[in-house]
Amino acid sequence: MTLTDWLVAALGAVVVGAALAVVTTAHVVRAGLWLVVALGGLAGVFLVLTAELVAWVQMLVYVGAVVVLLLFAVMLTRAPIGASPDLDRSRWPALLVGAGSAAALVVLLVDAYRWSEVEIDDAAAGTAEQVGAEIFRQWVLPFEVLSVLLLAALIGAIVVSSRAGADVGERR
Amino acid sequence: MHPVVPYVLAALLFGIGLYGVLLRRNLLLVLMSIELLLNAVNLILVTADVSTVGVPRSGSVFALFVIVLAAAEVGVGLALILQLYRLRQTVAVDRVDTGEADADRVDAGGSGTAAATGDPAGSGR
Repeated sequence: MTLTDWLVAALGAVVVGAALAVVTTAHVVRAGLWLVVALGGLAGVFLVLTAELVAWVQMLVYVGAVVVLLLFAVMLTRAPIGASPDLDRSRWPALLVGAGSAAALVVLLVDAYRWSEVEIDDAAAGTAEQVGAEIFRQWVLPFEVLSVLLLAALIGAIVVSSRAGADVGERR
Repeated sequence: MHPVVPYVLAALLFGIGLYGVLLRRNLLLVLMSIELLLNAVNLILVTADVSTVGVPRSGSVFALFVIVLAAAEVGVGLALILQLYRLRQTVAVDRVDTGEADADRVDAGGSGTAAATGDPAGSGR
Protein backbone atom coordinates (compact mmCIF):
# COMPACT_ATOMS: atom_id res chain seq x y z
CA MET A 1 0.00 0.00 0.00
CA THR A 2 1.27 3.40 -0.90
CA LEU A 3 0.98 6.64 1.04
CA THR A 4 -2.09 7.61 -0.99
CA ASP A 5 -3.82 4.38 -0.01
CA TRP A 6 -3.07 4.90 3.67
CA LEU A 7 -4.31 8.49 3.56
CA VAL A 8 -7.53 7.51 1.76
CA ALA A 9 -8.10 4.65 4.19
CA ALA A 10 -7.54 6.84 7.26
CA LEU A 11 -9.76 9.64 6.02
CA GLY A 12 -12.27 7.01 4.90
CA ALA A 13 -12.46 5.60 8.43
CA VAL A 14 -13.26 9.10 9.70
CA VAL A 15 -15.89 9.58 6.97
CA VAL A 16 -17.59 6.25 7.62
CA GLY A 17 -17.60 6.83 11.37
CA ALA A 18 -19.10 10.30 11.00
CA ALA A 19 -21.67 9.04 8.48
CA LEU A 20 -22.71 6.29 10.91
CA ALA A 21 -23.10 8.94 13.60
CA VAL A 22 -25.28 11.00 11.24
CA VAL A 23 -27.71 8.14 10.73
CA THR A 24 -27.73 6.85 14.31
CA THR A 25 -27.53 9.85 16.65
CA ALA A 26 -30.65 10.84 18.58
CA HIS A 27 -29.88 14.57 18.43
CA VAL A 28 -31.00 16.38 15.26
CA VAL A 29 -28.44 19.16 15.65
CA ARG A 30 -25.61 16.71 16.29
CA ALA A 31 -26.53 14.87 13.09
CA GLY A 32 -25.94 18.12 11.19
CA LEU A 33 -22.59 18.64 12.89
CA TRP A 34 -21.48 15.06 12.20
CA LEU A 35 -22.44 15.70 8.58
CA VAL A 36 -19.85 18.50 8.57
CA VAL A 37 -17.19 16.01 9.69
CA ALA A 38 -18.22 13.46 7.05
CA LEU A 39 -18.30 15.95 4.18
CA GLY A 40 -15.04 17.60 5.31
CA GLY A 41 -13.32 14.22 5.47
CA LEU A 42 -14.58 13.47 1.99
CA ALA A 43 -13.12 16.76 0.79
CA GLY A 44 -9.80 15.53 2.20
CA VAL A 45 -10.18 12.30 0.22
CA PHE A 46 -10.76 14.37 -2.93
CA LEU A 47 -7.59 16.33 -2.19
CA VAL A 48 -5.58 13.14 -1.79
CA LEU A 49 -7.02 11.92 -5.11
CA THR A 50 -5.69 15.16 -6.70
CA ALA A 51 -9.20 16.50 -7.45
CA GLU A 52 -8.28 19.86 -5.99
CA LEU A 53 -11.13 22.01 -7.32
CA VAL A 54 -13.79 19.47 -6.34
CA ALA A 55 -12.41 19.42 -2.81
CA TRP A 56 -12.61 23.19 -2.41
CA VAL A 57 -16.05 23.38 -4.00
CA GLN A 58 -17.14 20.61 -1.65
CA MET A 59 -15.97 22.65 1.33
CA LEU A 60 -17.58 25.87 0.03
CA VAL A 61 -20.92 24.52 -1.18
CA TYR A 62 -21.56 21.56 1.11
CA VAL A 63 -19.94 22.49 4.40
CA GLY A 64 -20.42 26.21 3.91
CA ALA A 65 -23.90 26.42 2.44
CA VAL A 66 -25.85 23.16 2.50
CA VAL A 67 -25.12 22.24 6.12
CA VAL A 68 -25.84 25.80 7.28
CA LEU A 69 -29.17 25.67 5.42
CA LEU A 70 -29.98 22.34 7.07
CA LEU A 71 -29.14 23.72 10.51
CA PHE A 72 -31.33 26.76 9.85
CA ALA A 73 -34.17 24.41 8.91
CA VAL A 74 -33.58 22.44 12.11
CA MET A 75 -34.04 25.64 14.07
CA LEU A 76 -37.08 26.78 12.06
CA THR A 77 -38.89 23.48 12.56
CA ARG A 78 -38.27 23.82 16.30
CA ALA A 79 -36.44 20.56 16.73
CA PRO A 80 -35.87 19.72 20.40
CA ILE A 81 -32.44 20.55 21.79
CA GLY A 82 -31.95 17.30 23.68
CA ALA A 83 -32.22 13.72 22.53
CA SER A 84 -35.42 12.76 20.72
CA PRO A 85 -36.50 9.16 21.24
CA ASP A 86 -38.78 8.94 18.18
CA LEU A 87 -36.45 9.87 15.32
CA ASP A 88 -36.21 6.34 13.94
CA ARG A 89 -38.67 4.00 12.33
CA SER A 90 -38.33 0.22 12.44
CA ARG A 91 -34.67 -0.67 12.15
CA TRP A 92 -34.46 -4.09 10.52
CA PRO A 93 -35.85 -3.40 7.01
CA ALA A 94 -33.57 -0.36 6.70
CA LEU A 95 -30.58 -2.33 7.98
CA LEU A 96 -31.33 -5.15 5.55
CA VAL A 97 -31.56 -2.89 2.51
CA GLY A 98 -28.61 -0.68 3.50
CA ALA A 99 -26.24 -3.51 4.39
CA GLY A 100 -27.39 -5.53 1.40
CA SER A 101 -26.74 -2.77 -1.10
CA ALA A 102 -23.39 -1.91 0.50
CA ALA A 103 -22.31 -5.55 0.39
CA ALA A 104 -23.44 -5.93 -3.22
CA LEU A 105 -21.56 -2.80 -4.28
CA VAL A 106 -18.42 -3.83 -2.39
CA VAL A 107 -18.44 -7.28 -4.01
CA LEU A 108 -19.04 -5.77 -7.45
CA LEU A 109 -16.27 -3.16 -7.18
CA VAL A 110 -13.73 -5.47 -5.54
CA ASP A 111 -14.40 -8.06 -8.20
CA ALA A 112 -14.01 -5.46 -10.95
CA TYR A 113 -10.77 -3.85 -9.71
CA ARG A 114 -9.08 -6.54 -7.57
CA TRP A 115 -5.77 -5.16 -6.33
CA SER A 116 -4.88 -3.34 -9.52
CA GLU A 117 -2.69 -0.28 -9.26
CA VAL A 118 -2.70 2.98 -11.18
CA GLU A 119 -0.20 5.79 -11.17
CA ILE A 120 -1.44 9.27 -10.33
CA ASP A 121 0.74 11.67 -12.25
CA ASP A 122 0.86 15.25 -11.11
CA ALA A 123 0.11 16.52 -14.59
CA ALA A 124 -3.42 15.13 -14.33
CA ALA A 125 -4.23 17.05 -11.15
CA GLY A 126 -7.69 18.58 -11.24
CA THR A 127 -6.77 22.19 -10.63
CA ALA A 128 -9.20 24.99 -11.35
CA GLU A 129 -7.43 25.82 -14.60
CA GLN A 130 -7.63 22.30 -15.98
CA VAL A 131 -11.18 21.58 -14.85
CA GLY A 132 -12.32 24.96 -16.13
CA ALA A 133 -10.77 24.30 -19.53
CA GLU A 134 -12.49 20.91 -19.59
CA ILE A 135 -15.89 22.40 -18.68
CA PHE A 136 -15.73 25.12 -21.32
CA ARG A 137 -14.40 22.83 -24.04
CA GLN A 138 -16.40 19.64 -23.58
CA TRP A 139 -19.31 20.34 -21.25
CA VAL A 140 -20.54 23.83 -22.08
CA LEU A 141 -24.14 22.84 -22.81
CA PRO A 142 -24.70 20.90 -19.53
CA PHE A 143 -23.08 23.81 -17.70
CA GLU A 144 -25.57 26.28 -19.19
CA VAL A 145 -28.52 23.94 -18.57
CA LEU A 146 -27.40 23.67 -14.94
CA SER A 147 -27.40 27.44 -14.59
CA VAL A 148 -31.01 27.53 -15.82
CA LEU A 149 -31.88 24.72 -13.40
CA LEU A 150 -30.31 26.60 -10.48
CA LEU A 151 -32.32 29.70 -11.38
CA ALA A 152 -35.51 27.63 -11.59
CA ALA A 153 -34.78 25.99 -8.22
CA LEU A 154 -34.14 29.39 -6.65
CA ILE A 155 -37.40 30.86 -7.95
CA GLY A 156 -39.24 27.69 -6.99
CA ALA A 157 -37.91 27.82 -3.43
CA ILE A 158 -38.94 31.47 -3.11
CA VAL A 159 -42.42 30.80 -4.47
CA VAL A 160 -42.97 27.75 -2.27
CA SER A 161 -41.77 29.41 0.92
CA SER A 162 -43.32 32.84 0.39
CA ARG A 163 -46.18 34.03 2.54
CA ALA A 164 -48.48 34.28 -0.50
CA GLY A 165 -48.16 30.54 -1.00
CA ALA A 166 -49.09 29.97 2.64
CA ASP A 167 -52.20 32.14 2.22
CA VAL A 168 -53.33 30.09 -0.73
CA GLY A 169 -52.90 26.97 1.40
CA GLU A 170 -54.99 28.42 4.21
CA ARG A 171 -57.73 29.81 1.97
CA ARG A 172 -58.28 26.38 0.43
CA MET B 1 -2.60 3.95 -5.80
CA HIS B 2 -5.06 1.10 -5.54
CA PRO B 3 -8.44 2.41 -6.78
CA VAL B 4 -10.29 -0.29 -4.90
CA VAL B 5 -9.78 1.55 -1.59
CA PRO B 6 -11.85 4.68 -2.45
CA TYR B 7 -14.33 2.52 -4.36
CA VAL B 8 -15.03 0.40 -1.28
CA LEU B 9 -15.28 3.56 0.81
CA ALA B 10 -17.89 4.91 -1.61
CA ALA B 11 -19.86 1.65 -1.46
CA LEU B 12 -19.91 1.75 2.36
CA LEU B 13 -20.98 5.40 2.33
CA PHE B 14 -23.79 4.60 -0.09
CA GLY B 15 -25.02 1.78 2.15
CA ILE B 16 -24.97 4.03 5.21
CA GLY B 17 -26.89 6.73 3.35
CA LEU B 18 -29.52 4.26 2.15
CA TYR B 19 -29.87 2.96 5.71
CA GLY B 20 -30.43 6.51 6.94
CA VAL B 21 -33.01 7.32 4.26
CA LEU B 22 -35.06 4.26 5.18
CA LEU B 23 -34.52 4.51 8.93
CA ARG B 24 -35.11 8.15 9.76
CA ARG B 25 -38.51 9.61 10.48
CA ASN B 26 -37.54 13.28 10.58
CA LEU B 27 -37.52 14.75 7.05
CA LEU B 28 -34.42 16.85 7.76
CA LEU B 29 -32.47 13.75 8.71
CA VAL B 30 -33.71 12.06 5.54
CA LEU B 31 -32.27 14.99 3.56
CA MET B 32 -28.93 14.64 5.37
CA SER B 33 -28.84 10.95 4.44
CA ILE B 34 -29.53 11.87 0.81
CA GLU B 35 -26.48 14.14 0.97
CA LEU B 36 -24.44 11.10 2.03
CA LEU B 37 -25.78 9.16 -0.98
CA LEU B 38 -24.84 11.96 -3.38
CA ASN B 39 -21.37 12.21 -1.85
CA ALA B 40 -20.80 8.49 -2.35
CA VAL B 41 -21.60 9.01 -6.04
CA ASN B 42 -19.21 11.96 -6.15
CA LEU B 43 -16.42 9.85 -4.69
CA ILE B 44 -17.00 7.19 -7.38
CA LEU B 45 -16.85 9.85 -10.09
CA VAL B 46 -13.62 11.39 -8.79
CA THR B 47 -11.97 7.99 -8.32
CA ALA B 48 -12.94 6.91 -11.82
CA ASP B 49 -11.55 10.20 -13.07
CA VAL B 50 -8.05 9.53 -11.73
CA SER B 51 -7.98 5.76 -12.24
CA THR B 52 -9.22 5.26 -15.80
CA VAL B 53 -8.13 6.58 -19.12
CA GLY B 54 -10.58 8.58 -21.21
CA VAL B 55 -11.48 12.21 -21.55
CA PRO B 56 -9.36 13.68 -18.74
CA ARG B 57 -11.08 15.43 -15.82
CA SER B 58 -14.58 14.45 -16.96
CA GLY B 59 -15.18 12.80 -13.59
CA SER B 60 -14.29 15.98 -11.73
CA VAL B 61 -16.58 17.99 -13.99
CA PHE B 62 -19.47 15.62 -13.31
CA ALA B 63 -18.76 15.69 -9.59
CA LEU B 64 -19.08 19.47 -9.73
CA PHE B 65 -22.37 19.10 -11.61
CA VAL B 66 -23.66 16.72 -8.94
CA ILE B 67 -22.70 19.23 -6.23
CA VAL B 68 -24.69 21.93 -8.03
CA LEU B 69 -27.69 19.59 -8.34
CA ALA B 70 -27.43 18.76 -4.64
CA ALA B 71 -27.46 22.46 -3.75
CA ALA B 72 -30.59 23.03 -5.84
CA GLU B 73 -32.23 19.94 -4.35
CA VAL B 74 -31.53 21.08 -0.79
CA GLY B 75 -32.91 24.55 -1.49
CA VAL B 76 -36.20 23.32 -2.91
CA GLY B 77 -36.43 20.45 -0.42
CA LEU B 78 -36.01 22.70 2.59
CA ALA B 79 -38.59 25.15 1.25
CA LEU B 80 -41.06 22.28 0.89
CA ILE B 81 -40.23 20.94 4.38
CA LEU B 82 -40.71 24.35 6.00
CA GLN B 83 -44.02 24.80 4.18
CA LEU B 84 -45.14 21.35 5.35
CA TYR B 85 -44.18 22.26 8.91
CA ARG B 86 -46.12 25.52 8.65
CA LEU B 87 -49.26 23.69 7.48
CA ARG B 88 -49.10 20.48 9.51
CA GLN B 89 -46.79 21.24 12.48
CA THR B 90 -44.71 18.12 11.87
CA VAL B 91 -41.74 16.96 9.81
CA ALA B 92 -42.18 13.25 10.54
CA VAL B 93 -42.68 11.39 7.29
CA ASP B 94 -45.19 8.89 8.70
CA ARG B 95 -47.17 11.32 10.85
CA VAL B 96 -48.34 13.83 8.28
CA ASP B 97 -52.06 14.24 8.75
CA THR B 98 -53.73 12.97 5.59
CA GLY B 99 -56.44 10.46 4.83
CA GLU B 100 -59.89 10.38 6.29
CA ALA B 101 -59.57 13.30 8.65
CA ASP B 102 -58.27 15.31 5.74
CA ALA B 103 -61.26 14.34 3.55
CA ASP B 104 -63.66 15.44 6.32
CA ARG B 105 -61.82 18.71 6.54
CA VAL B 106 -62.17 19.36 2.82
CA ASP B 107 -65.90 18.59 3.04
CA ALA B 108 -66.32 20.92 5.98
CA GLY B 109 -64.24 23.55 4.24
CA GLY B 110 -66.82 23.61 1.48
CA SER B 111 -69.21 25.41 3.82
CA GLY B 112 -66.59 28.07 4.34
CA THR B 113 -66.44 27.80 8.14
CA ALA B 114 -63.88 25.17 9.02
CA ALA B 115 -60.97 26.36 6.95
CA ALA B 116 -58.94 27.07 10.07
CA THR B 117 -59.10 23.52 11.42
CA GLY B 118 -56.26 22.41 9.21
CA ASP B 119 -53.91 24.87 10.83
CA PRO B 120 -54.71 25.19 14.53
CA ALA B 121 -51.40 26.61 15.72
CA GLY B 122 -49.84 27.86 12.52
CA SER B 123 -52.29 30.74 12.08
CA GLY B 124 -50.77 32.47 15.06
CA ARG B 125 -47.27 32.51 13.66
